[in-house]
Formats: sequence, structure tokens, C-alpha cells
Amino acid sequence: MTTPSEKGALIELLYQLADDDFILAYRGSEWLGLAPHIEEDVAFSSINQDMMGHANLYYRLLEQLGEGKADEIAHLRAPSKFRNAVLLEEVNGPGTYLEKPDYDWAFAVVRNYFYSVHKQIRLDSLRHSDFEPLAEAARKIMTEQYYHLMHWELWFKQLVTSTDEAKSRMNAAIEKVWRDFGGVLTLGPAYAEMVKANFIDDENVLKQRWMKRIEAVFNETGLPFSGEPRMERGNGRKGEHTPDLTQALATLSEVYATNPQTGW
Amino acid sequence: MADNIKTLEQIVWSALSHVKDPEMATVSILDLGMVETVKANGTAVKITVLPTFSGCPALNIIERDIKQAAEKVEGVTEAHVEFVFTPPWTTDRITLEGRERLKEFGIAPPPANHVMGEPWEIDCPYCGSAYVTMENIFGPTACRSILYCRSCKNPFEAMKPVANL
Repeated sequence: MTTPSEKGALIELLYQLADDDFILAYRGSEWLGLAPHIEEDVAFSSINQDMMGHANLYYRLLEQLGEGKADEIAHLRAPSKFRNAVLLEEVNGPGTYLEKPDYDWAFAVVRNYFYSVHKQIRLDSLRHSDFEPLAEAARKIMTEQYYHLMHWELWFKQLVTSTDEAKSRMNAAIEKVWRDFGGVLTLGPAYAEMVKANFIDDENVLKQRWMKRIEAVFNETGLPFSGEPRMERGNGRKGEHTPDLTQALATLSEVYATNPQTGW
Repeated sequence: MADNIKTLEQIVWSALSHVKDPEMATVSILDLGMVETVKANGTAVKITVLPTFSGCPALNIIERDIKQAAEKVEGVTEAHVEFVFTPPWTTDRITLEGRERLKEFGIAPPPANHVMGEPWEIDCPYCGSAYVTMENIFGPTACRSILYCRSCKNPFEAMKPVANL
């Protein structure tokens, strides 16, 4: 199908897509039993399960491209080989899910909502990808993602128009997410090659679409819109990460790594 | 020869009616419209299957059960299952019989011709009333929502509509 440099760019893109969903689904799964109410616990864990499924679809495409077995790709790579955005690996808040979890629900809502909006825009582009297996996967994922976006948008709009406490916590979370959301919106160093091969649209086009959509929601809910989001803590697309990723991978791969030959 | 191959494929198709969804014991994968093709090449059979929800943990079990069911058919030496995404599985693939069986299991079937983004109506699988409330669009499995019937006062589940976007 493609030249070696096109294939390299495709592989980079697939790692970004897979790792974004994978690590955010993991962070979401840490909320299990801790969400604000039982219905949210059911909903959030269902969303995380879907997102793990999406990551798995991309890992399988990588498997077909010769990157190794999907499970091994997910579990046995070094943190520096991960291509997720830094924001998505960040811990949910102080504490761990086993010990004194003091997680920040406003951060969960804002991070997931902003990501969901971007994911929708990205899938809308990917479903026209020239790499047909990716286009097919995108069309499948969109049918499920539709419900996720609806869910997070409801939370977001409700909380930013709710009590003063809710508003101030949401504003703090928006500020925090804004500092690193630029890392979600970038396609990394291989982006020109990805775009040239028609795997995905130009990252600037996708970013503009995201900003337009978010700005409209901010206007509707009376929030100030503060321009382009930043990328302060490094570019995950280049393999730059924080210790939060190392910790997350150590935990989620702990069992698998004890014996990768076993079927878990 | 061509007739024989066709027959083998047909026998495998009917054998697949015994493969149930592990999370909905009354409903078969044929009822759900998950099987796309059955192709025989001599004694080897290839079955393509459309996954319902991509993160569904039942898929591995379904894959194993399909393989076993097909390999039990006389004349089949090897069955291979492949999950494909084209055409995408949508809830309008659920058969009329499948819709009835979902109801028997206490799950309201999804609307047949849903347009994503449009509201949809769900009737209580027990009493048929449309006077129901959505308690949670997400449910105990990826494909279900949780509802409550105001008429017969039963909680129930409904399959989420999935249509092409």
C-alpha cells in the first residue's frame, strides 16, 4: 500500500489513538466505586470499558502492521514508547484508589468532556481515512462515542451553570486542563506525513474545529474563552511523559507482566 | 459439488442458532444479526461476525462458541471466526424473533429504524406501556440502558439503539 515513511506515520498515528483511549480509560477505571453516585458509577465504568475496546481495536491494527501482539503492545512497552497526550495520564487527584482517594470530579468531567469533543472531531476525520481498516474502525467507534459525548456534555453544562462552589471548582479544572490540552490536539512530529498520506486531516483544521465547538459551549454557558490551549508539560506524541504514566503502567500491567505467556 | 458446499454452509448457519449471547441466554447471535457470512472451502469454514460493542467482553466467548458449534457440524474439519466492521453492526439487524426473545429476557428491543441524534421511544417489555423513564443511558453491559416503568412499576433494561452515523 504505502511507502516506508507513510507506514511509519500510520503507526505513529495508531499509537496516539490507541494510547489516548487506553490511558484515559485506565484513569477512569480508577474511579470505580468512587463516582458521585451509583448511576454515575455504572455509566462511567461502561464508558471506560468501551474506551478500552477502542484502544484494543487500534492495537489490533498495529498488530496487523507487524508491531507485535495487541496485549504485549498494551502491557509491555516502556513509558517512553507511549504516544498519549500528557494530560490524559495525569492522576485523578491526591491519593490512590486503594488509599485515601481524594479525586477531583470537576477535573474528571472537564478532561473527559474536552477529550470527548476532540475524539468526535478526530473520528469524523478518520472515517474518511485513506487507510481503510482505520476508517472502518472509526465508523464503529463513533456509534459508541456518540453516547460518551452526550454524557460528558450533560455533566459539563450542568456543573458550570450550577452552584457557586460547582462553578469555582469547574473553573479551576478548566484552567488546569487548558494548560495541557494542546498536547491532545497535536499529531506530533510525523503529522505532515500523516496528512499527506490522507490518513487524517491537518492538525490545525482539527484544532480549529475543537476550539470553535468549545467556544460555542463556553458562550452558551457564560464561561470566558481564553484562546488556544497550551502544552506546558511536554509532548506525549514525542514520548515525553510524566512519572504519572510510569505509575499507571506499573499498576495496570502488574499482573500481565508476571507471566506474559499466560492467557489472562 | 457447488450444491454440496452450499448445503454445508446452510447447515453451519443453522448450527449457529444454538450459539447464545452469554449475557442474554435466550438470544442467539443469529437473532442479534451478528453473523455476516459463512463460507466453506472444502471442509474448512470461515465465519465473519460483526461485533456489537467493541469493548464487549462476551466477544471472546462468542468467538469460541461459534468455532465449537461450527466444528461440531459433520463435514467441517476446521472453523475460523473473523470479526469485521464492514458493514457495521447496527441494532436494525436484530431479527423480529430476536426482538421477541429480548423482551422475554426483560430487555426492551431498540427501535428498528433509529436515526442517531433523534429521540427514541422505548416500551416496557413487561406491560408494553410507553410511560417509562430513563434512569441511566448506560447499564450493566455496554449495550444496555436502565429504565423504569411508571405503569407496572418494574425496573427494566433496554438495548441502546446503534445506527450508522
